[in-house]
Amino acid sequence: MKLFGLVWANLFRKPTRTILTLLSVAIAFLLFILLRSISAAFDSGLDVSATERLVVVAKYSQIDRLPFSQKQQILSIEGVDGITHTTWFGGIYQEPKNFFAKFPVDPLSYFDLHPELTLVPSNALQRFSQERTAAVVDIGLAEEYGWSIGDVIPIISDIYLRNDGSRAWEFELVGTFSENGESQNFPLFLFHYEYFNESVAFGRDQVSNWQLRLNQPDRADEIAQLVDALFENSPDPTKTASEDEFNRQFARQLGDMGFITTMIMSAVFFTIVLLTGNTMAQALRERIPELAVLKTLGFTDQTIFLVVLGEAVLLCVVGALLGIAGGFVIGPGLSAGLSGVFGSFEVVPVTALEALVCSLVIGVVIGLAPAISAQRLTIVDALRS
Amino acid sequence: MVAAVACEKVEKQYTKGKEIVEVLAGIDLSIEHGEFLALMGPSGSGKTTLLNLIGGLDQPSAGSIFVSGKNLTEMKAKALAKWRSENVGFVFQFYNLLPVLTAQRNVELPLLLTNLSRKQRQKNAATALEIVGLQDRAKHKPSELSGGQQQRVAIARAIVADPSLLVCDEPTGDLDRETADQILGLLQTLNKDHGKTIIMVTHDPRAADRAEHILYMDKGKLVSGSGVAV
Repeated sequence: MKLFGLVWANLFRKPTRTILTLLSVAIAFLLFILLRSISAAFDSGLDVSATERLVVVAKYSQIDRLPFSQKQQILSIEGVDGITHTTWFGGIYQEPKNFFAKFPVDPLSYFDLHPELTLVPSNALQRFSQERTAAVVDIGLAEEYGWSIGDVIPIISDIYLRNDGSRAWEFELVGTFSENGESQNFPLFLFHYEYFNESVAFGRDQVSNWQLRLNQPDRADEIAQLVDALFENSPDPTKTASEDEFNRQFARQLGDMGFITTMIMSAVFFTIVLLTGNTMAQALRERIPELAVLKTLGFTDQTIFLVVLGEAVLLCVVGALLGIAGGFVIGPGLSAGLSGVFGSFEVVPVTALEALVCSLVIGVVIGLAPAISAQRLTIVDALRS
Repeated sequence: MVAAVACEKVEKQYTKGKEIVEVLAGIDLSIEHGEFLALMGPSGSGKTTLLNLIGGLDQPSAGSIFVSGKNLTEMKAKALAKWRSENVGFVFQFYNLLPVLTAQRNVELPLLLTNLSRKQRQKNAATALEIVGLQDRAKHKPSELSGGQQQRVAIARAIVADPSLLVCDEPTGDLDRETADQILGLLQTLNKDHGKTIIMVTHDPRAADRAEHILYMDKGKLVSGSGVAV
């Protein structure tokens, strides 16, 4: 403990260099803690406890469709208070780079199950439910593409052919929706399911998923099992999960999130080891005579080893603590922002502890070589240098 | 009475490639407690090497060195480090202060190896700075001090653990005449008033004149002088 002051003072010998190194370590650990938290959420499995909404998808692939006939069966389960559905439409607006999700939905039940969404103008829901070619879009999409109420928006389907053999679909924009006045993270283009169902040449009376509202959220786990049991032996078995888990499953289609995060973190930490290791080596070279003076004063080789190793560990631990603190500050906001894409996640103390242990290990790895060099310095040679 | 420093047939050789360089060739020397001895001689004569051996910074190739009766050549590195921290103070030509620490904390450094409390360490360091007349510069870093002031801090660091022996390698070599005189005066005070045994390597005859005895070295041997070469 007596040597801490010496270690700390040495660390800030060149404040700019140390602060820059600390920042890079902090950012690496911020990434670590956020990616680990997201990855942990992906690995946490199906958690449907105390959720008000469940999503039912085909058991084996989200690409598979579910028959419309399941609707009444699901509604008959006690605790299911409402049901709606969405179907992946695909489709291209003008050119492929203009990507956004387009879902045919049942207007009334969809917005009944999503009270967090506010439609404008006030007659938008009425028009959406009554007019076959009506569409409503996320406010952000409307702003991005400059759409106004009354605009006709052409979409070229890349999946669904129309009855007449064409791929061209036209929709009239009758309203926009937002969540607390903000655009959604995963902005949607919604149009009338009946128009879609009547017009498609194949895949009629099918949906991609069912969304259920529960009036007994504490029975969510049980209801999810009841839904899946209902269709277990049918041609269309289901898998029921919370909305969070559904979003994660959707993102999982991108790849193995655990593997992706591990690869990213490996690259980041490898860079940090090189960067910080170089900083430590440079710092050591600059003060060989000073270390010799410490030895002259009676500091043993072992003490010098610990002083130099301590600097590397301290650098990494302080950087990690900054990153961890940043994770706890940024995490909740980021989780809310990405929940539509990845599902929500939480930065937990265990992840912080992992980061801290990781920083200790990296500190030792970085500091070991300079510490051994410092330990081996002979006083006379070092003083001469 | 046991001599402050006794060297018996001390030899030091270095290997430079395949060549063996003899730096010290059988030095016999005895220095009494409370002496102020100057070691002079041309560059490469072995002055600093002898000083390093007496200060326990290096080990001889042959022979023995006793400081206050302790045989340094029989001590392992760890024991030698502990012995240095308790018995020798070092003063270098270029001060060798740690630039990241204040004068006070530089002086405190040797005390980090003791069991003294923080308060006691600070008190002892303040006393050492007072002895060298720099108590009002305690909070300054080396870069904020003149060369002479830095050397005073280095001397305070050398005496803070109250060692009986001070080894000084060209302590005035980097200072102007006036400042050098002040530093030499300080060393004389430490010798006379505090009873420190001082061995000083110098090229400067005027500095050497401030010592009680002068020994001359050439080609690794003591050649003459007013000291007690045995």
